[in-house]
Amino acid sequence: MALALTAAALLSVPSVAGAQSPKLSGSIGSEVRLFFEEPKFDGQFDDPLAGIQPSLLAEPELSYDSQDRRHQFNLAPFLRLDARDGDRSHADLREGYWRYIGGDWEVLLGVNRVFWGVTESRHLVNMINQIDAVEDIDEEDFLGQPMVNLATQQDWGRVDLFVMPGFRERTFPGRNGRLRPGIPVDENAAQYDSELARGQPDTALRYSHFFGDFDLGAYYFYGNGREPRLVPGGRGTRLEPRYDLIHQGGLDLQYTDEAWLWKLEAIVREGQGDPFGAAVAGVEYTFFQAFESDADLGLLAEFLYDGRDEDDAPPTAFDEDVFFGTRLALNDVQDTTALLGAIVDVEDGSTSLFFEAERRLGDSWKLEFEVRAFLGIADSNPASSFENDDFALLRLSYFF
Amino acid sequence: MPPKPLKSSLALAVGLMLLAAAATARAASPEEQGFEIAARSDRSDRGFGDNRVRLKMVLRNAAGAEATRSLEIATLEVPDEDVGDKSLIVFDSPRDIDGTALLSHAKIIDPDDQWLYLPALKRVKRISSVNKSGPFVGSEFAFEDFTALELKKYDYKYIHSEPCGEMTCDVVERYPRYEYSGYVKQLSWIDQEVFQVRKVEFYDRRGDLLKTLSLEDYRLYEDKYWRAQKLAMVNHQTGKSTDLIYEDYVFGVGLGDRDFIKGVLQRIR
Repeated sequence: MALALTAAALLSVPSVAGAQSPKLSGSIGSEVRLFFEEPKFDGQFDDPLAGIQPSLLAEPELSYDSQDRRHQFNLAPFLRLDARDGDRSHADLREGYWRYIGGDWEVLLGVNRVFWGVTESRHLVNMINQIDAVEDIDEEDFLGQPMVNLATQQDWGRVDLFVMPGFRERTFPGRNGRLRPGIPVDENAAQYDSELARGQPDTALRYSHFFGDFDLGAYYFYGNGREPRLVPGGRGTRLEPRYDLIHQGGLDLQYTDEAWLWKLEAIVREGQGDPFGAAVAGVEYTFFQAFESDADLGLLAEFLYDGRDEDDAPPTAFDEDVFFGTRLALNDVQDTTALLGAIVDVEDGSTSLFFEAERRLGDSWKLEFEVRAFLGIADSNPASSFENDDFALLRLSYFF
Repeated sequence: MPPKPLKSSLALAVGLMLLAAAATARAASPEEQGFEIAARSDRSDRGFGDNRVRLKMVLRNAAGAEATRSLEIATLEVPDEDVGDKSLIVFDSPRDIDGTALLSHAKIIDPDDQWLYLPALKRVKRISSVNKSGPFVGSEFAFEDFTALELKKYDYKYIHSEPCGEMTCDVVERYPRYEYSGYVKQLSWIDQEVFQVRKVEFYDRRGDLLKTLSLEDYRLYEDKYWRAQKLAMVNHQTGKSTDLIYEDYVFGVGLGDRDFIKGVLQRIR
């Protein structure tokens, strides 16, 4: 009804705001990663350019909204060309969909990205998209997922049903690449628990809404798990990804109390050894206009637990860890922000330190800087293969 | 029998004088007068329903260097004066924040409910709205300058009337009732013809003059609703300024509660 009126209003007032003609936007960028130490494994690049890894990126986006804003079309390819690791040079269709919004209902057909979750150190409940792990180890880059997404927004909340044909396999650095397991992963050797293999149509049903100061999301997922086990194959020359058929329930919750944000993400998974639970719980407090300035300073602390089977489930570095971080937003014209954090394994002391900062330059450029260091990594920790891979990254992007 | 009417007229006259005195005493309360002036201004806008407008923000530093942002704001009126309006702000420039959206459900005394949509990660974040007095996207406008336009967010006091341009304005002080305001008081100029706010002075927590907002180029929509097409904010302490330049408002868009609910943020672009 509301949208019918919107349509009528828009049609009768052609001067109304909004992009009804196709819009091309996006970014192109260049990036350099600099690794400080000799590589740990044979084959990983180190000369003649020592630990320098330059690459180029393009993320254009073509979008079109019909005049009544009921139909949305989006096309967002992604391309990276990497000078040192052939497997990191890759292209992907991040988004390519048609969405129809009809009153309280909407339907999306095509490839899309969907994000769920509230915590900062680990995106535990996020489930729809496969991680584009060759991009970075922070698990914040995702491959486009083909889907049919049917959704309804009611006064009591939003319900999303996803049916996902066409499983996406996780990407991994090649033999030349840094930040990889000791034995390279052969993406072509993937095996499936499901008889339908990649053709297994994954399904997910999610409810999300807010109740006063509480924001809640809950879902059930059945299908190919996004996290593969990595099994030695080819007489120990390669790791083969094994994708298991799993059931997973997930919950994300945030309580917003003035300057405090209390956060929880939790899952229960069945299908990889014994059923297990995992959770991330934490708090964020922000000093607004800290030190009599315009800047906001946030303090973050999170506890990570993962009770997965050590033999039959994919390994995780987040079995029992704590995260501490601080976030600075200068609130200046250039939107300068920085985040400093450390994730420490409570049992073996392995520590991953990171610093991320970004700033807009002029109107259309953005400079990003990132440092990641691995300190005192125990041999038994899954992160041990990264222990020589401390790096600094500089990325300059142009937005159009 | 002449004395009788005389007596009763006298009684009537005394009664009327007492009534008039009482009425004058009531009207003389500057707080009530201030509230009435503000309420008349606020109610002149009642019933607008919804609207949508595109605008450009021009940020200038003390040296005069400019930066611009462009955005669209959709607003849904919540007629109850004890509940605030709902608004959805979507940016399209600078280009790196294209598609970033802020959804607000304004409250009167309690902090607003606010959600931020970050398109890079497709992430919807509930954010703390305690941050009322911080700069909004690097501008000289604070969050509260945008969202704290509800009548009952302030206590009022009428000061005096004075000429403002070609009109006469009532000058009313207003004191934020909500927590975490960056201001100890604001001085507002409201014209006596169409009851619109023409100018506001903002005084910081120390009581010093911080900013002046000029509302210019008022235009009448739907024969009823006045909207300033230009808002100019000058910060006297830093020398920086921000202009908001509005395109034409569209009223009667047909928006409803479900266009201002958290779940719609993931389809914003």
